[in-house]
Amino acid sequence: MIDSLVVVAVHVVFAVLLTPLLLGVMRTTRARLEGHVGGGVLQPWRDVIKLFGKEPLRAPGSTWVLTWAPLLLMTSSLVLLALVPLVSTLPLAQVPGDLFVVVSVLLLGTVALALLGLESGSAFGGMGSSRHMMFAALVEPTVLLSIYALSLPVGTSALAAIVAARSEDLATIANPVSILALVALVIVVIAETGRLPVDNPSTHLELTMVHEAMILESGGRDLGWLEFGSWLRLTALLGLTVNLAVPWGVAPDAAWQNLAIGLAASTVKILVAGSILAAVEVFIAKLRLFRVPELLAGSFVLAFLSVSASYLVF
Amino acid sequence: MKVTREELPEAVAEQLLAGLRLALVSAREDAKVFEVTYVFLGSNSDRVEVATEAPRQRPWLPTLAGLSYQAGRFERELHDLFGIVALDHPQPFRLVRHAHWPAGFYPLLRHAKTPNEFRGNTGFPFVEVAGKGVYEIPVGPVHAGLIEPGHFRFSVVGETIVRMYQRLYFVHRGVERLFIGRTVESGIELAERISGDTAIGHSLAYLMAVEDALGIVVGERARLIRALLLEFERLYNHVNDIGAILNDTGFAIANQQAGALREKLLRHNAHLTGHRLLRGALSLGGAELRAEPDLALVAETAQRVAQLAAVATSNSLVANRLNTTAVLAGEQAQRLGVLGYVARASGVGIDARADQPFVDLGPDFRVVTRADGDVRARFDVRVEEVAVSAAVIADLTGRIANRQAAAPTEPNPDRPAELAAGLGVVEAWRGTLVHRVEIDAGGKLRRVKVVDPSFCTWPGLPVALADVIVPDFPLANKSFNCSYAGNDL
Repeated sequence: MIDSLVVVAVHVVFAVLLTPLLLGVMRTTRARLEGHVGGGVLQPWRDVIKLFGKEPLRAPGSTWVLTWAPLLLMTSSLVLLALVPLVSTLPLAQVPGDLFVVVSVLLLGTVALALLGLESGSAFGGMGSSRHMMFAALVEPTVLLSIYALSLPVGTSALAAIVAARSEDLATIANPVSILALVALVIVVIAETGRLPVDNPSTHLELTMVHEAMILESGGRDLGWLEFGSWLRLTALLGLTVNLAVPWGVAPDAAWQNLAIGLAASTVKILVAGSILAAVEVFIAKLRLFRVPELLAGSFVLAFLSVSASYLVF
Repeated sequence: MKVTREELPEAVAEQLLAGLRLALVSAREDAKVFEVTYVFLGSNSDRVEVATEAPRQRPWLPTLAGLSYQAGRFERELHDLFGIVALDHPQPFRLVRHAHWPAGFYPLLRHAKTPNEFRGNTGFPFVEVAGKGVYEIPVGPVHAGLIEPGHFRFSVVGETIVRMYQRLYFVHRGVERLFIGRTVESGIELAERISGDTAIGHSLAYLMAVEDALGIVVGERARLIRALLLEFERLYNHVNDIGAILNDTGFAIANQQAGALREKLLRHNAHLTGHRLLRGALSLGGAELRAEPDLALVAETAQRVAQLAAVATSNSLVANRLNTTAVLAGEQAQRLGVLGYVARASGVGIDARADQPFVDLGPDFRVVTRADGDVRARFDVRVEEVAVSAAVIADLTGRIANRQAAAPTEPNPDRPAELAAGLGVVEAWRGTLVHRVEIDAGGKLRRVKVVDPSFCTWPGLPVALADVIVPDFPLANKSFNCSYAGNDL
């Protein structure tokens, strides 16, 4: 029980401290590759501190959704972090770190964002929400299916158990089931976190926005929660994916030596994965909106093939 | 040619049938009448002016909107600025005037006083598109990026644009009014500031109109330098646009590279003329450079741009965004009368450098056209025009060096004996730019009418948006890149 609480606390604190740095590393990587200096790796920290120091301005006529949606998103992201085996695979005593629970918590944040976009009553917010939900509807089944494929050889849908089992047996990683599922997972992580080629986080063009369109009307602390909550989702999903792909170094329990190794390993893994993601973004453009479903359908097919193949392999 | 207002439609139809296009309509207020001049341009240095009169008491003219689409727009402008009514106009809507302008305020009338407060609220509704699932997206006039103000009203089903209406004239500064009463020389700096990125285009068209009115003959060296500066202006703007179009597809690295090239060109501009945007290089009857153009830089820029465009368009994600997006068919381009690279990308080879030349641009000059009319075609036209401009610059520089600076001529006759009018036609980087100037006997500007190519090209944008999805609009808009300041005046 105590151990579980320690692990949850470590996960949440680790992610909260690492996330702005991750964003900073990704932005700096991209800036340097494109040939400019960039704001530095600490710039997201400065942005967040600035936003939390500002009072939010809310449009007249707006309701409690504007206040609570950012907090709901933030909370769902924190719960997500507690459930995902970022540093340690010690299963939680009370809450099942089950893949269905994780996807539901993820969806909670998605819905909070979509409601927030509709709340502002502006055309951009509604447009962003509609696109966001279209992507979500295509992303969630793939997340379920690809992790389900990985859970089949292990025999449990608890994420921590899957990661733990994979770190013990190399054969579960280097086989077609695992590779197909991971590729599918990477595509949906990109879509879910609004990166190129699905969404362009650095655009100023309102009409092309997805994620940014929903949060256009928020400011101050509200915007701070929204930004931070969305970034935490990136850390959680990226962390889950790298730990599924490269499960070594993750602590099997709550012993402090193992936790220290797990923290160091996860930091390196997540930052390297983030840099690779950012480096790839330099060389690609944004997809035309109606080509995105094709990409996501493709990832669903990969996940489906992975599940089918798992019956042949195991 | 002078006709009565009843004879006007026939006279105009005759010019249009002869293959000329209506390029400018200018009105002047006299004691008892409005004198309205219609300027037609042809492809072989043809210029025809048709003038008519409308009495001040009952200022109406027969509408020409049925003959030429652009004529209908000029008539709406004429109404908003002078109060001249086009009888039976099929689209008798406001163009320049916004809803808060007081009724009866026509800013170009001699006695018009700018009201202290703009309080009018005469309403100016948008057409609502009805139907299942149609919703409206209002965008602007204040945008998220650093661009000029304009309001776009999209009627959308799902993500597909059903209809787009654009409302401009948010940066109407009364430029044409500011010209009135200025001396000819002090008009130059005003012309340079009509649209910041077209300083040479506007000031050259203005100067050529003035020189035409006053009968000043410009020496060949000065004309070569003017053509050279026009190409330098085209170069830095096209490089900027190439980067900006690619940036709108999310391919930001290309924009960084293009930005670096543009900055080098701007610094070279400062070296050449003392101003990054090429201001201050032109004067009445002349043009001078402060330094020799750096041909190595120009050649390197052209080569890097070609390389950049090849890298970008060979990226399948980028090519997919550019190809077949926002098609303006050749016939639509022709009938709407769009200009510049937009027209040329739709296969309409209109270019004042070929149609109304003021100097021989040498063997390397050619009019670049494409047939597809999509974003890719407008992108490719710019890329190829950069190469053509670079070659023309090299040729012009060689010819300028061979010619001595003209000996200082005797003082220019800047006071005409009576009211004198002149026309200046220039292929600025956005397209054919026309100024018409009238100078009174005192040597003061009586009327300056400016037609930026954007005035003619803006109507092409909503047409090209048929069946385009909303997230592709910024890309389509950037590929047109019409000027707001030049249009709104």
